[in-house]
Amino acid sequence: MSDPLLSVRDLKRHYPVRSGILKRKRGAVRAVDGVSFDLQAGETLAVVGESGCGKSTLAETVIGLDEPTAGEVLFEGEPLAGTQSGGVLGSLAGGVDKAFRRRVQMVFQDPFSTLNERMSVGRIVAEPLVIHGEREDDRAGYVRELLETVGLDPDRHYDAFPHELSGGQRQRVGIARALALEPDLLVLDEPVSALDVSVRAGILELLRDLQAERGLTYLLISHDVSVVRQVADRVAVMYLGEFVELGDLGDVLDDPAHPYTEALLSSVPRVCAAPDPDDRIRLPGSPPDPSEPPAGCRFHPRCHLRERLDDEDAARCVAEDPALTERDAGGEPRPGGDGRTVACHFRPAAVGITDRNPRE
Amino acid sequence: MSDATESDADGTTAAPERPQSPLARRTRTFVRRFRRNRLAMGGLVVTAGFVLLALLAPVLAPYDPAAVDVPARLQGPSPAHPFGTDRYGRDLFSRVLFGARIALQVAVATPLVAGAVGVPIGLVAGYVGGRVDDVLMRLMDSVFAFPAILLGLTLVAVFGQSLTNIVVALGIVYVPQFARVTRGSAVSVVEEEHVRVARSLGASHARIVLVHVLPFCLSAILVQATVTAALAIVLESSLSFLGVGVPSPTPSWGSILRVGKGYVDSGEWWYSVFPGVAIVIAVLGFNLLGDGLRDVLDPRTDPNR
Repeated sequence: MSDPLLSVRDLKRHYPVRSGILKRKRGAVRAVDGVSFDLQAGETLAVVGESGCGKSTLAETVIGLDEPTAGEVLFEGEPLAGTQSGGVLGSLAGGVDKAFRRRVQMVFQDPFSTLNERMSVGRIVAEPLVIHGEREDDRAGYVRELLETVGLDPDRHYDAFPHELSGGQRQRVGIARALALEPDLLVLDEPVSALDVSVRAGILELLRDLQAERGLTYLLISHDVSVVRQVADRVAVMYLGEFVELGDLGDVLDDPAHPYTEALLSSVPRVCAAPDPDDRIRLPGSPPDPSEPPAGCRFHPRCHLRERLDDEDAARCVAEDPALTERDAGGEPRPGGDGRTVACHFRPAAVGITDRNPRE
Repeated sequence: MSDATESDADGTTAAPERPQSPLARRTRTFVRRFRRNRLAMGGLVVTAGFVLLALLAPVLAPYDPAAVDVPARLQGPSPAHPFGTDRYGRDLFSRVLFGARIALQVAVATPLVAGAVGVPIGLVAGYVGGRVDDVLMRLMDSVFAFPAILLGLTLVAVFGQSLTNIVVALGIVYVPQFARVTRGSAVSVVEEEHVRVARSLGASHARIVLVHVLPFCLSAILVQATVTAALAIVLESSLSFLGVGVPSPTPSWGSILRVGKGYVDSGEWWYSVFPGVAIVIAVLGFNLLGDGLRDVLDPRTDPNR
């Protein structure tokens, strides 16, 4: 296997919580708390998790919109510019060098607020070219080509304004803008979740076609398992700022190992004959406060698996934070040997719990 | 004023078959909304009338505003002198007309001076935020804390009495208002997603501020300019009334009023009433226009958002 295009090493992003008139630091919201992964050229890694698990912060930190608190992001083995001093000016354009910005672009979630309403579509798509001083001789022609690539009609849409376009068309404009500098890596932050269900398929198909034609690498951020299923090669499941499971799409989604992954998947509505209402795993309570994550395994207060462990094992969940590893608690490779990593002391090792559904 | 076809063409959802030129489209929407707003139209008519009269003063004035005719002094309104004459027998109608030229210059130049300084300050404060914002805005507050007349008086006393100096002084007086209004808009625009996107594309600070922030502040700045024009006319008149305005014999409404005030008790009412009414009408016009523009440009009522 060749060197990864993007490597993320133990990335952390904590937001300080300040209170009192002295603005003393009282703690930190651990939005991203020790995430590592490699992204091979041409593949799609999806990060799934519920709202607030830190997946968007992860995306922003990876592309340099936000500064990591600790850890590093390597692009083709080269680390990005180091942590800047705080403040707006520090974390704005100065943080990451321009060469990296050209090669990594982002498609944003909300195509309604991410397009400058005062600019025409042509100008919006040309903006990255203007910023980087690219293609000065035939910008308009190139932009028209890009619009065609993303399925828009240059004659109709080049001079149009965002408010004249539908949500799907706006997102196509956003994709055209992201493609303008011919990047290698696209970070897709919930690319279809703001769109009508009817146009989602079209956008996802466009993304797949673009990947095939241009050899793009995608980092997809989504809470929607059905979207992930359509686009991703590998899946990372995120909970409270950490990855709890990382593996190939089919392995993770069809045979989840981590109890949280199970719960997440069972929340996806399925069309099937006579669905059993008891077939869902309902997580008790809401996600814990990320400024005070639970000790040990972060999922333990809500874990349905732990309920059925004996006392000694259950105590271990509270005492010891499980690492994201290919091996289970006994040091044995997890079954399947598929390179999947899971952060759970017990699943799916031989602790006498093999059934997926605790209520069966 | 707007038939069905026109409002359909300006509909917000359907993409037009042949996109209109962007500026033309925005302008059309703006004009349509403006014409529906009675306040704004009233203000526009009054202001346009004021501007026209000021520009055409040399043509319209029946007399040279400085022509002294002592035997005809202190005459009441008559067909020959519609506004009467002053203590030197000068025609008050002509003087009030020419006074409009001073008022117009003040009304145009003051917002330009104040905006040229205040808008950049507001943009920097709103964009950078943090301590820079605190320092700049506290500085603006301390300027703002001076009563406008006192500050104007002081500045004119320092710079000396001339139309240019008065405009500069008035400009300084109104810098904080422009800074505040601009900062207020900028702070909310900076939070918007499209600015974050520009950052992610690697745009320079200057480009973000000028291309992605400033255009969204312009409507608030325009409204502020109109309001400032009205305030500047009042303040210039006040300074002239206090004797530190545009030096005589240039006819300024405030200085005519100052002299006329001494003749109210002896029955020469026209001496102070006509310049006073001129001030009221001009200020009212700008204020109505400003309020109307605020309504028309307010994004919350803008159907295109």
